[in-house]
Amino acid sequence: MIIRVEKGLRYSDVTPRADYVNRRRFLAGTIGLGSVAWAGAKLPGVTKSRLSTDEKMTPYQDVTTYNNYYEFGTAKDQPAVNAAAFRTSPWTVRIEGEVAKPQVLDLDAVMKMAPLEERIYRHRCVEAWSMVVPWIGFPLAALIQKMAPTSKAKYVAFETFFDSKQMPRAQYGGLPFPYVEGLRMDEAMHPLTLLCVGLYGETLPNQNGAPLRLVVPWKYGFKGIKSIARIRFTEKAPPTTWNLANAGEYGFYSNVNPGVDHPRWTQSKERRIGEFFKRDTLMFNGYGDQVAGLYAGMDLRKNF
Amino acid sequence: MRWGKVVAFAAGLAPLLYLVWRGFQQQLGANPIEFITHATGDWTLRFLVLTLAVTPLRKILGRPELAQYRRMIGLFAFFYGCLHLMTYVWLDKFFDVADIWKDVSKRRFITMGMLSMVVMIPLAVTSTAGWIGRMGGRRWRLLHQLVYVSAAAGCIHYYWLVKSDVRLPVVYGAITILLLTWRVVYSRR
Repeated sequence: MIIRVEKGLRYSDVTPRADYVNRRRFLAGTIGLGSVAWAGAKLPGVTKSRLSTDEKMTPYQDVTTYNNYYEFGTAKDQPAVNAAAFRTSPWTVRIEGEVAKPQVLDLDAVMKMAPLEERIYRHRCVEAWSMVVPWIGFPLAALIQKMAPTSKAKYVAFETFFDSKQMPRAQYGGLPFPYVEGLRMDEAMHPLTLLCVGLYGETLPNQNGAPLRLVVPWKYGFKGIKSIARIRFTEKAPPTTWNLANAGEYGFYSNVNPGVDHPRWTQSKERRIGEFFKRDTLMFNGYGDQVAGLYAGMDLRKNF
Repeated sequence: MRWGKVVAFAAGLAPLLYLVWRGFQQQLGANPIEFITHATGDWTLRFLVLTLAVTPLRKILGRPELAQYRRMIGLFAFFYGCLHLMTYVWLDKFFDVADIWKDVSKRRFITMGMLSMVVMIPLAVTSTAGWIGRMGGRRWRLLHQLVYVSAAAGCIHYYWLVKSDVRLPVVYGAITILLLTWRVVYSRR
């Protein structure tokens, strides 16, 4: 498979570090002691990726205060407040299903599976807004290869950690929890698909899905499941939360597609956070050169 | 009572002033246009529900003078509705008429929102004493029953708009149903 690389990578237009560090200190002061050790720790040895975009990054403040994480409240500003005390350490990930060696991995083991890279990706929400986020992680393919799935494994299913005591607001979310998501195996193995542990040079803030989340830049944001506790290899397509809640509006694939409207709003345009005018939404969120081949011959109107 | 109206007018403007103040403080969040859309929509619905509450409150509390505030509250609902519509037409659609028409005809929550808004226009126009005289009280009252349609459409607009957390639209809907039911029961007594 040929991966085309975007040219002219620059580190220009970056949020001044002082700006977001100050913000972090302020947040750290409001967070319970237990989580400070994890959230916002600097990640060492991160290399830059040739798969990054050189677009202007969305400020740290916006990336970390405008979140959809319904377990911690359905308004965008609530997760930053309500997830502050969420315990992400110790953390384990259960690997199961059609796999040679089912096992429970410690987070440290996951983080050592492959070198960490910074991937600056466009992030397009199904609600027609978008951001540019400097994620940190490694290709999901690296983990999948180490786990050695069997020949029956056609899909990968993910599950978010769920604890109604730590997530009391989940009951008002109107969604069945725990949150589940899934990818076809070739999507999961694609080099752009990122198992993500950080952003802006540091470990993930809780509201962004600490300690471990998925980032699939050519799909709508809700495919990027947060706080992963379970990865299951399956033969059949796994259920996905938004599809369970409303199958007419959210499909299994949910690739960014300006030609297929969400029933209640247009997907042809988006508002980039921080910008006044809307911009045109790109097919596969602009990653078509890399991923269109995955869907050759498929009717994307039906498989939305 | 003069002072009562001044206070009511100031109270009606307060949400807008608060919004403007937050704007100057850069306190509208990561997506200011969405924030303004939600705030103006919320206040439209609140004033609509409040208008519907005037008559029941007046009768239940035995305070006939409350009727004096009904027009102002209704006009504030229209005012915030206009701001809400303007935010959509200008900041969301940038006056793209074709795109707006597509939205109105295709997306049922926008159809409902438009219905709620359009129905308020004749009510705002005929809200003066002169119009009551010209139309005659009976016909005027009949026309102004359209506010029930506007409030119901507003609640449905909100209900159809949210993705999965329906708590707030259900609360507005329940209050509206309660206030309309009171009217039915009261008129039969």
